[in-house]
Amino acid sequence: MTDPSWIDAALTAARPQAVGALLRYFRNLDTAEEAFQEACLRALRNWPKNGPPRDPTAWLIFVGRNSAIDTARRQTKQQPLPPEDVLSDLEDAETAIVEKIDSADYRDDILRLLFICCHPDLPATQQIALALRIVSGLSVRQIARAFLVGESAMEQRITRAKGRVSSGEIPFETPDAFERAERLAAVSAMVYLIFNEGYSAGSAEVEARFPLCDEAIRLARLLLRIFPAEPEIMGLTALLMLQHARAKARFDADGAVILLDNQDRQLWNQTMIAEGLALIDKAVRHRRPGAYQIQAAIAALHARARKPEDTDWSGIDLLYATLEQITPSPVITLNRSIAVAKVRGPEEALVLIEPLEDRLSGYFHFFGVKGGLLMQLGRKEEARVAFDRAIALANTPAEAAHIRMHLDRLSQN
Amino acid sequence: MLYAILCYNMEDVVGSWSKEEDDLVMERLGVVQEKLAKAGKLGPVARLLPTTAATTLRKARGEPLIIDGPFAETKEQFLGFYVVDCDSLDEALDIARDLAKANPGQGSYEIRPIGLFRPGSTSQ
Repeated sequence: MTDPSWIDAALTAARPQAVGALLRYFRNLDTAEEAFQEACLRALRNWPKNGPPRDPTAWLIFVGRNSAIDTARRQTKQQPLPPEDVLSDLEDAETAIVEKIDSADYRDDILRLLFICCHPDLPATQQIALALRIVSGLSVRQIARAFLVGESAMEQRITRAKGRVSSGEIPFETPDAFERAERLAAVSAMVYLIFNEGYSAGSAEVEARFPLCDEAIRLARLLLRIFPAEPEIMGLTALLMLQHARAKARFDADGAVILLDNQDRQLWNQTMIAEGLALIDKAVRHRRPGAYQIQAAIAALHARARKPEDTDWSGIDLLYATLEQITPSPVITLNRSIAVAKVRGPEEALVLIEPLEDRLSGYFHFFGVKGGLLMQLGRKEEARVAFDRAIALANTPAEAAHIRMHLDRLSQN
Repeated sequence: MLYAILCYNMEDVVGSWSKEEDDLVMERLGVVQEKLAKAGKLGPVARLLPTTAATTLRKARGEPLIIDGPFAETKEQFLGFYVVDCDSLDEALDIARDLAKANPGQGSYEIRPIGLFRPGSTSQ
């Protein structure tokens, strides 16, 4: 229980709750982070010697709070507190904190810590970097690596972001139900962003960016633990797990994208799929559908199919239709067209997407899908035009390579 | 005599293990299991999915209550468990309802998906 990797995992696991609680005490992000840091250093010295505490999080909050108060007193030249191994009441105080740890305060602490990273003035990439640093506790080097930028650039980005979320603006009062729901929605969106940063990486970058997906899943599970009855959080967590379950099957040896239909389903992570499906089942019982739940339900229908031809495309079509109603967007209609093509044929799918061309004129996937539908209909010349547009709009070499494969097939027959 | 060995640990810490650390733990546990299996002493082994995937059916005055999350009352003790093969959570809840009806007392049934299952074989 006291080997370094266990302690490391315990400190990582305790971080969101501990920093969140310390932020509530000190109302200053830097002080809270320093206090947690100090508590971690003491844990590394103390736990191997005395064994791990019953509740590592409570220990870290208690010791962190004392050490920060101690520092503050020393700075104001008052009497210092005794060091923690002389404190006779450490056990008692720890027990008191353990008893309080289930209270709603702690739930709001974690939510607040995540929420301050979603500051509306911060661009998405800064929100993500800040959350990974403050909430997840990744090092600047780890974050820089995941974002494929230099360490000093990332250091600056995080410092700037921290400056923006100045302590004066952090909302410390206990949120009412409405505010809590609003914060939860903002935080969910950020967790999804973190996931997408990792998920949308090309094959060459995937190795470096995978931790972003794992971290997003950990944060989603954390949210779910503090809001166990929120169907949208179940949906979000399920969505991330069902997508990440396919990670190993998404690229071939040369780094080209492998589409869902062609993936080796043996490579899908069945444990992750099982957890995602269980969460969707739980969410559906609440009968309060939302965008994450529906997207997860779509991913679930893919995950349930052992072979591509077993996929319930009409179910997917219906789910996309519902999603279109909740969050209308041309991209969702475009995705729906793939299901429509499978259920009712490429002709109808083409009718569905043609009105989108104006709004999606700069979107790679639009022309990829359009070209594919035209190709199925045997309209080779038009397909070629669409594929050429797609190549011009490709975001990664892998995307362009995939479309070139279609063009090759077109000229072969 | 058959014994059940129940494993307790801090879920958020276990969830913070990297895949490599997790694999290493599973490998070490596998060595222990293999020794037992060879001696014909190993029954079923299960690793449960996180408590966030759990649902609890709690007996109440009328219809049982269905609560998201794990069972967390301390005044009741862990008395036994079933492993059932279901297509959906609803089916598992129906089974739990039947068990609750057949059982005269109070009590709760936590329904938790199993992530890893090995049926095992014992001489009994």
